[in-house]
Parts: sequence; structure tokens; C-alpha cells
Amino acid sequence: MTSSSVASPVAGRPWRKRPFIVNARLRWSLYLGSLLYLVLAISSVSVNWSRVWEGLDRGWRFVEGFLVPDFASRWGDIVIGMQESLTMTLTSTVVGILISVPIGIGAARNIAPAPVYAVCRSIIALSRSFQEIIVAILFVAMFGFGPLAGFLTLSFATIGFLSKLLAEDIEDIDEAQAEAVRATGGGWWQIVNYAIQPQVMPRLIGLSLYRLDINFRESAVIGIVGAGGIGATLNTAIDRYEYDTAGAILIIIILIVMVSEYSSGYVRKWVQ
Amino acid sequence: MPISKSETGVPVWQHRTSKANLILWVGWLALVALFVFCWQVMTQDTIWYFVYDAPRQAADITSRMFPPKWGYISELWWPLWDTLNIATLGTLLAIILSVPVAFLAARNTTPSTRFVRPVALFVIVSSRSINALIWGLLLVAVIGPGVFAGIIAIALRSIGFISKLLYEAIEEIDTTQVEAINATGASGLQTLDYGIVPQILPAFAGITVFRWDINIRESTVLGLVGAGGIGLKLQASINVLAWGQVTTIFLVILGTVLVSEWVSAKVRHSLI
Repeated sequence: MTSSSVASPVAGRPWRKRPFIVNARLRWSLYLGSLLYLVLAISSVSVNWSRVWEGLDRGWRFVEGFLVPDFASRWGDIVIGMQESLTMTLTSTVVGILISVPIGIGAARNIAPAPVYAVCRSIIALSRSFQEIIVAILFVAMFGFGPLAGFLTLSFATIGFLSKLLAEDIEDIDEAQAEAVRATGGGWWQIVNYAIQPQVMPRLIGLSLYRLDINFRESAVIGIVGAGGIGATLNTAIDRYEYDTAGAILIIIILIVMVSEYSSGYVRKWVQ
Repeated sequence: MPISKSETGVPVWQHRTSKANLILWVGWLALVALFVFCWQVMTQDTIWYFVYDAPRQAADITSRMFPPKWGYISELWWPLWDTLNIATLGTLLAIILSVPVAFLAARNTTPSTRFVRPVALFVIVSSRSINALIWGLLLVAVIGPGVFAGIIAIALRSIGFISKLLYEAIEEIDTTQVEAINATGASGLQTLDYGIVPQILPAFAGITVFRWDINIRESTVLGLVGAGGIGLKLQASINVLAWGQVTTIFLVILGTVLVSEWVSAKVRHSLI
């Protein structure tokens, strides 16, 4: 599209919308490339349609199970799973916060010396580069099955998330307050305590609540590889083709996530 | 300002009133008590022998993991291609499904706030609170293992994310432009096309690329539940305790994630 993109009503040539990608050559090569990729990708996906067709019946039974869930027959298992998930969520969030605050302070460029900064940043990078489920596999192999492996996994994942955001927040603080404390002769600890902590505290609380939320969702997943929690119960229910129990578990997960998301949003609004 | 008198009668500034201090201490005490309680509930079934044994296990696994088995990498290219397809085709499918949901959920474009909007919001919440791995678990049981189940799982998971961010973008548009298009006598669809879509297109492209990046991460582990991709190889290697192969797979996953993060950061940077 050249000059016609400018709104000039030349006779016989109506105005047209400016395309999203202005450079015509780039645009067409992108279109062509995507088309080529799509053809290649779709042709390489082999779908066993008769299997899918058979599965539709089972899918319908799952929808029925979701609409008419069965809470009663496996209630004991569900309670144990939920208990593991919830305790795992809370303990791992608390421990994760306790570890990630010093690491977050160490990873802030404006208050940490260079060697400490490098070490803390590499801890964060290590924790963020692998997903919870992969970490869970390793911890289950080391610590055995059960919620303790899940607790360790979630604590480890919390460190990467919280330290990174805390460090970025400390780097963004208003320098004037730190300078004012420094001018009174305050040492490093006093600067952290009186100039930085009050500035980052509201956001730290908000992030911690958000992480509590995430840890609960993740606790429902890592059970699939043996790290305890409601995920293990769900996995068993699906393996047994008990779709009504699976539906009940999913409904409980959705409800808890909704409640925690709503209440953490409320608390965050109140804190900030 | 809270001030207390010292022994000599000189007023001393304090951060909080004594009542606020008391409430704060009770709050912390409650949190510690809750933590201890949760910890005990969580670890009541833990077999401590395995935990004490963990350092030895960790050393053992590490010694088996290194050096990585580089020869295995030739078997990983095809699953890696599958993984990319799961993420990309899943994101595309999610886009197709989530655009209508977003328009139905946005307060300013929904046909009815009382009936349609709550349904759309419920779709968004359920999709967001269930992890891709759980969707994968369900879909593998329903339509059989393979790449197709992975694509659907990624799509179902992404609907909530894309719709939520997109409907928030739609709600934040500048209404004067919509009014201007309306004033020319445009129909509803034309208003959508010329008044709303150009305003949300950059946000939409950013959201999509961001989700694609997350989907790459998630699709690398979908194979753990049988939904295709490189995770299948991971599961197979773990099952036979071939830790050298596991390391190779981890490194390939890490490389893929880094590349996708780089691509997504570049694209989003050029958009904003």
C-alpha cells in the first residue's frame, strides 16, 4: 500500500483501511510463510478420525459427568486430595516468600553488590527456566511420592517468580527516599528497612497472594507425576473412567480458584 | 502520629500505635500457627527415611544425568516438530474460538449483559482454572492419545487467557471513534470493523504472541499424559530410568523455550 493509504478521495479510487503491517513485501512474505507452515503442519498431524468419532460418545459422558457430578462415592479420596493440595499451597507459599525476599533484594541492581547480583540472578534464571511439572518429576525421584515433593516443587517455583518481580520492583523505587535516609547517616540495613521496604510492601503482599493462587492451580497438576494433591485423585478418577467423580473434582477446583481469585483481587485493591 | 513517652518524659516517635502493633502481632501469630498446622497435616504420611535418603538419591541421579546422551538428539527432531505444531495450531484454534467469546464478554459489545455475558465469563473462568495438562489428561481419555488431543488441550486452555485479555482491551477502547463511525450511518458490523477492530488489533497481536510463547512451554510437557510431542520421549526415558536421555531432552526443551521467549519478546517489542 503506497500513497493510497492516506485519506485522499481521488475519483474512482475509494479510501481503504491501512493494513496492519505497512510494508507490503514483509506482509506478503509473512502471509505466504504462514500458509506454507500451515499446510506442512496440518499434513503432518495424523488424526485417527474413527477413534475420535468413537471418543465423542465418551466425551459426551464426560459432559454429563460434569453436569451431574458425583461427590459422594469417592468423597474420602477427594477430601484427602484437597487437604494435601491446600496444605501444600500454603506451606510452599510461605517458605517460598521467606526464601525469595533475600534473593529478591540481592537481585536488585541498585542495592546489591555485583557478585551477589550475579548469583541471585542465576538462581532466579534456574528456577524460572523449568516448569513446575519437570521440577516435580525430579523431586519425586529424590524425595519419594507424596505431598512433600509437591511442597518442594512449589517452593522452588515460587522463588523464581517472586524474587524476579520483587527485584524489578526494588529497582523501580523512588530514589529520593533512599537518598533522604542515606543523608541522615543510615546504613545499608536502615536504607532497606526505612526507604525500600515501605515502598515495595504493598506490591509484595499483592504478589504473594497472586502466587498463592498460582500455587493452588499448580498443586492440582503436579499430582499427575506423583507429587500428591488433588491432581493425583483426579488422575485416578480419569484412569478409572469415573467421569462423574472427575467432574466433581474439576468443579471443586474451579470454585476454589474463583473464590481465591476474587478474594485476592479484593485484598490487593484494599492494600494498594 | 503515634507517639509514646519514654521514661524520662521525652516523646518518642513510633511507626504504629500500640493497638495497631497488637493487631499486627496477632495476625503474624495466627499465620505461624496456621503454617505449623498445615505442615503437620501435610507431612503426617511422609516416609522420612526417603527424605533423609534424598541427598544420596540426588547425587546418584545427577551422576547418571551427566554426561547427557547427545546421540539421542537425532530421535528428538520429529517430536520437537510435533511440539511446535501443538503450540501453534492450538493457539490458532484458540484465537478462532476466543474472539467471539471476548466480544460477548466485553460490556460494551455484548448483546445482553444479563444472560450472554455471565455465560461468556463462566467459559473464560473454567478454561483458565484448568491447566493444559488436566485438559490433556481428559482429552487423551476421550479422543485417544496423540498430537490432536494436545492441540485441543492447548486450545481449550488458551481460550480463557486470550478472551480475558482481549475483552479487557475491548472495554478500554476510545468510544469517540465508535461514535464517529456510527454517525456516518454505518451498520453494526461496519462499526465493529472500522471503529473497534483497529483499536484492539495491536493488543490482540501482542496477547496472541504472548500466549503462543506460554503454549510452547506447556506443550513440551503435554506428552507426559500422552498428548504428543517431546513429552512422550521424556516420559519414555523416565520410565526406563535413562537419565542421560532425560538430560538431553531437558536441554532441548530449555533451548526451545529460550528461542520462543526471544521471538515473542521481539515481536511484542516491535508492536508496542
